[in-house]
Amino acid sequence: MNEFIVIAAYNEEEKIDKVIKDLKKEYKNIIVVDDGSEDKTFDIAKKNKIIALQHVINRGQGAALKTGIDYALSKKADIIVTFDADGQFLVKDIKKVIAPIKKGIVDVVLGSRFLGKAVNIRPLKKFVLKLGVLVVYFLYGIKVTDSQNGFRGLSKKAAKKIKLTCDRMDHAGEFFWEITKNKLKYKEVPVTVIYDSYSLAKGQSWTKSIEIGIKMFIKRFLM
Amino acid sequence: MISVIQFLALLFSLFALSRVILRAKDKKITSGELVFWLGIWIILIVVIIFPEISSFFATFLGIGRGTDAILYASIGILFYIVFRLYVKLEETQKELTKIVRERAIKNKKK
Repeated sequence: MNEFIVIAAYNEEEKIDKVIKDLKKEYKNIIVVDDGSEDKTFDIAKKNKIIALQHVINRGQGAALKTGIDYALSKKADIIVTFDADGQFLVKDIKKVIAPIKKGIVDVVLGSRFLGKAVNIRPLKKFVLKLGVLVVYFLYGIKVTDSQNGFRGLSKKAAKKIKLTCDRMDHAGEFFWEITKNKLKYKEVPVTVIYDSYSLAKGQSWTKSIEIGIKMFIKRFLM
Repeated sequence: MISVIQFLALLFSLFALSRVILRAKDKKITSGELVFWLGIWIILIVVIIFPEISSFFATFLGIGRGTDAILYASIGILFYIVFRLYVKLEETQKELTKIVRERAIKNKKK
């Protein structure tokens, strides 16, 4: 089976090199979508001889992931895994994300840091994430333990059906809406998410999270 | 005699009206938008010159004063315009993303 790892990266020059090198030991199809970074992210990705795509201007994580997914599909991907550029995820967890799709049990696998481990997570972050879980249940009727996790696996069928149009971080909500609409089978698997000073500084603030929540609400009920 | 505020409001409305007509001449707005904005400003001009009209409508609708009726209507119209803008902006953003995406994929395939 053709497995593709898709990474959206925006100003990740500090971390992305190690992430790519770790991934390269295990996987051969790695797509990094540089989302209009102002730093050397794209050059680093290119130097590693992987598939490096570049957005000329920043369009947001949702947009970058979709670019990577589209490209993977054009290269006949059977399974697509989305991964983070900042080293918060473990390469060894990818196997767990791929396995249920490989076996044909489900079309979508969602990584969950609350079934797995959330190392050094701050209480406020945890609270906001749990709030996100409630919002997703309320808006889309999907019960998960971790709704805002970027570690996901998609079968070819799911990748073709899920149409991400939200460019910014609100793609997480849209993702669940697409699962419901297309009646895709999904499963959560435990993954580890590690918080360090880098990810804490780069991670989104809770005010941003509220903004996303409001946007999700508007999309769901007004548009 | 008209009051100072009526005069100023009239002046502004006429200015806005002239802008609408100029935009239409340049074909920067569609005929639908032209009708919408012409309607808004002409109604406003009429109401400024004959404020009794607004009082008439206010009593008809059960709102105390004419100016209140205008205020309510304005807020309603403003909300509508903001919503339209929001939708339009979202569309533009999505189109922009599409272009950026196509370019990214095309550059790789070369």
